[in-house]
Amino acid sequence: MKFKKKQASTKQSVPTASLPDIIFMLLIFFMVSTVLREFDVKVQFTLPAAKQIEKIDNKRIVSYIWVGRDGRVQVDDNLVLIPEIQNLAARKRQLIPSVIMSLRIDEGSKMGIVTDIQQQLRKGDALRINYSTLMKL
Amino acid sequence: MADISFLLLLFFLVTTTIDVDTGIGLVLPPPAEDTEIVKVKTQSLIRVLVNVAGDVLLDDEVTSVPQIHEIVANKLRVNKKLIVSIKVDRETPYRVYIATLDEIKQAYNILREEFAMETFKLPLRNLTKQQMDEVREAVKQSISIAEPERTR
Repeated sequence: MKFKKKQASTKQSVPTASLPDIIFMLLIFFMVSTVLREFDVKVQFTLPAAKQIEKIDNKRIVSYIWVGRDGRVQVDDNLVLIPEIQNLAARKRQLIPSVIMSLRIDEGSKMGIVTDIQQQLRKGDALRINYSTLMKL
Repeated sequence: MADISFLLLLFFLVTTTIDVDTGIGLVLPPPAEDTEIVKVKTQSLIRVLVNVAGDVLLDDEVTSVPQIHEIVANKLRVNKKLIVSIKVDRETPYRVYIATLDEIKQAYNILREEFAMETFKLPLRNLTKQQMDEVREAVKQSISIAEPERTR
Protein backbone atom coordinates (compact mmCIF):
# COMPACT_ATOMS: atom_id res chain seq x y z
CA MET A 1 0.00 0.00 0.00
CA LYS A 2 1.22 3.40 -0.86
CA PHE A 3 1.10 6.10 1.76
CA LYS A 4 1.02 9.70 0.70
CA LYS A 5 1.42 12.52 3.07
CA LYS A 6 -1.41 14.95 2.90
CA GLN A 7 -0.17 18.36 1.96
CA ALA A 8 -1.80 21.64 1.17
CA SER A 9 -1.22 22.85 -2.31
CA THR A 10 -0.05 26.28 -1.22
CA LYS A 11 3.62 27.17 -0.83
CA GLN A 12 5.06 26.62 2.59
CA SER A 13 7.78 29.27 2.59
CA VAL A 14 7.41 32.69 4.11
CA PRO A 15 7.20 35.31 1.37
CA THR A 16 10.38 37.37 1.50
CA ALA A 17 9.65 39.84 -1.25
CA SER A 18 8.95 42.66 1.22
CA LEU A 19 11.96 41.91 3.43
CA PRO A 20 14.21 44.62 1.94
CA ASP A 21 11.48 47.19 2.49
CA ILE A 22 11.21 46.34 6.15
CA ILE A 23 14.96 46.35 6.58
CA PHE A 24 15.25 49.69 4.82
CA MET A 25 12.63 51.19 7.05
CA LEU A 26 14.45 50.03 10.19
CA LEU A 27 17.73 51.22 8.70
CA ILE A 28 16.36 54.69 8.03
CA PHE A 29 14.91 54.86 11.54
CA PHE A 30 18.24 54.07 13.14
CA MET A 31 20.15 56.37 10.79
CA VAL A 32 17.92 59.26 11.74
CA SER A 33 17.90 58.62 15.45
CA THR A 34 21.64 58.02 15.87
CA VAL A 35 23.82 60.78 17.22
CA LEU A 36 27.37 59.86 16.31
CA ARG A 37 29.22 61.61 19.03
CA GLU A 38 30.57 59.66 21.90
CA PHE A 39 32.98 60.77 24.53
CA ASP A 40 35.74 58.86 26.08
CA VAL A 41 34.98 59.43 29.74
CA LYS A 42 38.21 59.41 31.70
CA VAL A 43 36.80 59.99 35.16
CA GLN A 44 34.88 57.62 37.35
CA PHE A 45 31.57 58.78 38.72
CA THR A 46 28.27 57.64 40.13
CA LEU A 47 25.31 59.93 39.52
CA PRO A 48 22.98 60.85 42.36
CA ALA A 49 19.26 60.07 42.16
CA ALA A 50 16.27 62.41 42.33
CA LYS A 51 12.51 62.26 41.87
CA GLN A 52 11.63 65.54 40.17
CA ILE A 53 13.61 65.12 36.99
CA GLU A 54 13.18 66.43 33.48
CA LYS A 55 14.20 64.95 30.18
CA ILE A 56 16.43 66.74 27.74
CA ASP A 57 14.83 66.14 24.37
CA ASN A 58 17.49 67.56 22.14
CA LYS A 59 20.82 65.85 22.59
CA ARG A 60 22.48 68.06 20.00
CA ILE A 61 22.48 71.13 22.20
CA VAL A 62 23.86 69.36 25.26
CA SER A 63 27.44 69.70 26.35
CA TYR A 64 28.85 67.69 29.22
CA ILE A 65 31.08 68.40 32.16
CA TRP A 66 32.17 65.41 34.21
CA VAL A 67 33.51 65.52 37.73
CA GLY A 68 35.01 62.30 38.97
CA ARG A 69 35.26 60.69 42.34
CA ASP A 70 38.81 61.97 42.67
CA GLY A 71 37.80 65.55 41.85
CA ARG A 72 39.16 65.62 38.31
CA VAL A 73 37.12 67.60 35.80
CA GLN A 74 36.58 66.62 32.18
CA VAL A 75 35.07 68.73 29.41
CA ASP A 76 34.53 67.03 26.04
CA ASP A 77 37.52 64.74 25.65
CA ASN A 78 40.04 66.51 27.85
CA LEU A 79 40.73 66.77 31.51
CA VAL A 80 40.72 70.45 32.40
CA LEU A 81 41.45 72.70 35.34
CA ILE A 82 38.53 74.60 36.81
CA PRO A 83 39.70 78.11 35.71
CA GLU A 84 39.80 76.90 32.09
CA ILE A 85 36.08 76.20 32.07
CA GLN A 86 35.16 79.85 31.57
CA ASN A 87 36.73 80.03 28.12
CA LEU A 88 35.46 76.62 27.10
CA ALA A 89 31.94 77.56 28.14
CA ALA A 90 32.13 80.87 26.30
CA ARG A 91 33.27 79.10 23.14
CA LYS A 92 30.46 76.58 23.39
CA ARG A 93 27.97 79.38 23.88
CA GLN A 94 29.22 80.97 20.65
CA LEU A 95 28.83 77.74 18.69
CA ILE A 96 25.43 76.79 20.12
CA PRO A 97 23.67 79.78 21.70
CA SER A 98 21.08 77.64 23.49
CA VAL A 99 23.63 75.22 24.89
CA ILE A 100 22.68 73.22 27.97
CA MET A 101 25.62 72.30 30.16
CA SER A 102 24.91 68.92 31.64
CA LEU A 103 26.84 68.44 34.86
CA ARG A 104 27.63 64.82 35.48
CA ILE A 105 29.05 65.01 38.94
CA ASP A 106 29.90 62.17 41.26
CA GLU A 107 27.49 62.03 44.17
CA GLY A 108 30.28 62.16 46.72
CA SER A 109 31.91 65.33 45.35
CA LYS A 110 32.18 68.34 47.56
CA MET A 111 29.95 71.31 46.80
CA GLY A 112 33.02 73.53 46.66
CA ILE A 113 33.97 72.09 43.26
CA VAL A 114 30.39 72.38 42.03
CA THR A 115 30.07 76.05 43.01
CA ASP A 116 33.46 76.80 41.46
CA ILE A 117 32.32 75.24 38.18
CA GLN A 118 29.05 77.15 38.34
CA GLN A 119 30.91 80.43 38.89
CA GLN A 120 33.05 79.68 35.85
CA LEU A 121 29.97 78.89 33.76
CA ARG A 122 28.35 82.14 34.83
CA LYS A 123 31.45 84.07 33.78
CA GLY A 124 31.44 82.18 30.49
CA ASP A 125 27.76 83.08 30.03
CA ALA A 126 26.60 79.47 29.68
CA LEU A 127 23.70 79.78 32.05
CA ARG A 128 21.44 76.86 31.21
CA ILE A 129 22.60 73.91 33.25
CA ASN A 130 21.27 70.52 34.13
CA TYR A 131 22.36 68.40 37.04
CA SER A 132 22.40 64.96 35.52
CA THR A 133 20.66 62.55 37.87
CA LEU A 134 19.20 59.10 37.79
CA MET A 135 15.55 58.33 38.43
CA LYS A 136 14.80 57.63 42.08
CA LEU A 137 12.14 55.00 42.54
CA MET B 1 20.61 44.56 -1.77
CA ALA B 2 19.06 43.18 1.38
CA ASP B 3 22.52 42.04 2.54
CA ILE B 4 23.98 45.52 2.28
CA SER B 5 21.05 47.03 4.10
CA PHE B 6 21.33 44.35 6.77
CA LEU B 7 24.95 45.25 7.25
CA LEU B 8 24.19 48.95 7.55
CA LEU B 9 21.26 48.20 9.81
CA LEU B 10 23.48 46.18 12.12
CA PHE B 11 26.05 48.97 12.19
CA PHE B 12 23.47 51.55 13.23
CA LEU B 13 21.87 49.16 15.70
CA VAL B 14 25.19 48.68 17.44
CA THR B 15 26.23 52.34 17.45
CA THR B 16 22.88 53.78 18.55
CA THR B 17 22.49 54.56 22.21
CA ILE B 18 18.91 55.28 23.13
CA ASP B 19 19.43 56.73 26.56
CA VAL B 20 17.62 59.91 27.39
CA ASP B 21 19.43 62.42 29.55
CA THR B 22 17.52 63.12 32.69
CA GLY B 23 18.29 65.62 35.36
CA ILE B 24 17.32 68.71 37.29
CA GLY B 25 17.32 71.76 35.06
CA LEU B 26 18.33 75.18 36.31
CA VAL B 27 19.20 78.56 34.85
CA LEU B 28 22.13 80.25 36.53
CA PRO B 29 22.04 84.00 37.15
CA PRO B 30 24.44 86.20 35.17
CA PRO B 31 27.81 86.91 36.80
CA ALA B 32 27.57 88.78 40.09
CA GLU B 33 29.53 91.82 38.86
CA ASP B 34 26.99 92.58 36.10
CA THR B 35 23.85 92.56 38.16
CA GLU B 36 22.61 94.94 40.77
CA ILE B 37 22.28 93.52 44.21
CA VAL B 38 18.60 93.36 44.98
CA LYS B 39 17.75 93.47 48.61
CA VAL B 40 15.11 91.01 49.66
CA LYS B 41 13.31 91.17 52.95
CA THR B 42 13.94 88.30 55.29
CA GLN B 43 10.20 87.67 55.57
CA SER B 44 9.95 86.91 51.86
CA LEU B 45 12.62 84.23 51.99
CA ILE B 46 12.60 80.60 52.98
CA ARG B 47 16.16 80.00 54.02
CA VAL B 48 17.45 76.48 53.62
CA LEU B 49 20.91 75.95 55.01
CA VAL B 50 22.64 72.60 54.71
CA ASN B 51 25.80 71.71 56.57
CA VAL B 52 28.50 69.11 56.01
CA ALA B 53 26.67 66.34 57.81
CA GLY B 54 23.45 66.89 55.86
CA ASP B 55 21.61 68.59 58.72
CA VAL B 56 19.16 71.22 57.57
CA LEU B 57 18.37 74.56 59.11
CA LEU B 58 15.07 75.72 57.63
CA ASP B 59 14.18 79.24 58.77
CA ASP B 60 16.02 78.74 62.06
CA GLU B 61 14.50 75.33 62.73
CA VAL B 62 16.52 72.15 62.56
CA THR B 63 15.07 69.45 60.28
CA SER B 64 16.31 66.72 58.01
CA VAL B 65 16.39 66.56 54.22
CA PRO B 66 13.35 64.25 53.65
CA GLN B 67 11.09 66.64 55.58
CA ILE B 68 11.90 69.73 53.55
CA HIS B 69 9.20 69.27 50.90
CA GLU B 70 6.39 69.22 53.41
CA ILE B 71 7.54 72.28 55.35
CA VAL B 72 8.33 74.28 52.21
CA ALA B 73 5.00 73.33 50.61
CA ASN B 74 3.14 74.48 53.73
CA LYS B 75 5.00 77.78 53.75
CA LEU B 76 4.38 78.34 50.05
CA ARG B 77 0.69 77.58 50.44
CA VAL B 78 0.44 80.56 52.78
CA ASN B 79 2.46 82.87 50.54
CA LYS B 80 3.21 81.87 46.97
CA LYS B 81 5.66 84.69 46.40
CA LEU B 82 8.24 83.38 48.83
CA ILE B 83 11.70 82.79 47.45
CA VAL B 84 13.43 79.60 48.46
CA SER B 85 17.08 80.24 49.11
CA ILE B 86 19.48 77.33 49.33
CA LYS B 87 22.86 77.71 50.89
CA VAL B 88 25.30 74.87 51.30
CA ASP B 89 28.70 74.49 52.82
CA ARG B 90 31.71 74.00 50.55
CA GLU B 91 32.25 70.60 52.14
CA THR B 92 28.64 69.39 51.73
CA PRO B 93 28.44 66.30 49.51
CA TYR B 94 26.83 66.86 46.10
CA ARG B 95 24.38 64.05 46.88
CA VAL B 96 22.87 66.05 49.75
CA TYR B 97 22.61 69.20 47.62
CA ILE B 98 20.74 67.31 44.88
CA ALA B 99 18.43 65.76 47.48
CA THR B 100 17.67 69.23 48.88
CA LEU B 101 17.02 70.70 45.44
CA ASP B 102 14.83 67.71 44.64
CA GLU B 103 12.84 68.23 47.84
CA ILE B 104 12.16 71.86 46.95
CA LYS B 105 11.12 70.91 43.42
CA GLN B 106 8.79 68.36 44.99
CA ALA B 107 7.23 71.06 47.15
CA TYR B 108 6.48 73.11 44.03
CA ASN B 109 5.13 70.01 42.38
CA ILE B 110 2.69 69.46 45.25
CA LEU B 111 1.41 73.01 44.84
CA ARG B 112 1.12 72.64 41.07
CA GLU B 113 -0.79 69.42 41.51
CA GLU B 114 -3.22 71.19 43.86
CA PHE B 115 -3.61 74.13 41.49
CA ALA B 116 -4.31 71.78 38.58
CA MET B 117 -6.93 69.93 40.61
CA GLU B 118 -8.61 73.19 41.58
CA THR B 119 -8.72 74.86 38.19
CA PHE B 120 -8.90 72.00 35.70
CA LYS B 121 -10.11 69.12 37.90
CA LEU B 122 -7.35 67.02 36.40
CA PRO B 123 -4.11 65.64 37.78
CA LEU B 124 -0.92 67.27 36.52
CA ARG B 125 0.07 64.54 34.11
CA ASN B 126 -3.28 64.65 32.25
CA LEU B 127 -3.04 68.32 31.37
CA THR B 128 -2.56 69.65 27.87
CA LYS B 129 0.54 71.65 27.08
CA GLN B 130 -1.35 74.92 27.25
CA GLN B 131 -2.85 74.11 30.63
CA MET B 132 0.59 73.05 31.84
CA ASP B 133 1.99 76.45 30.86
CA GLU B 134 -0.83 78.09 32.75
CA VAL B 135 0.00 76.06 35.85
CA ARG B 136 3.68 76.96 35.49
CA GLU B 137 2.73 80.62 35.25
CA ALA B 138 0.49 80.44 38.31
CA VAL B 139 2.92 78.54 40.53
CA LYS B 140 6.27 79.98 39.61
CA GLN B 141 9.41 78.39 40.92
CA SER B 142 11.69 80.90 42.53
CA ILE B 143 14.72 79.09 43.82
CA SER B 144 17.80 81.03 44.70
CA ILE B 145 21.17 79.41 45.04
CA ALA B 146 23.07 81.64 47.41
CA GLU B 147 26.24 83.30 46.29
CA PRO B 148 29.13 81.32 47.76
CA GLU B 149 31.21 83.19 50.23
CA ARG B 150 34.59 82.47 48.74
CA THR B 151 35.53 81.15 45.32
CA ARG B 152 38.69 80.40 43.52
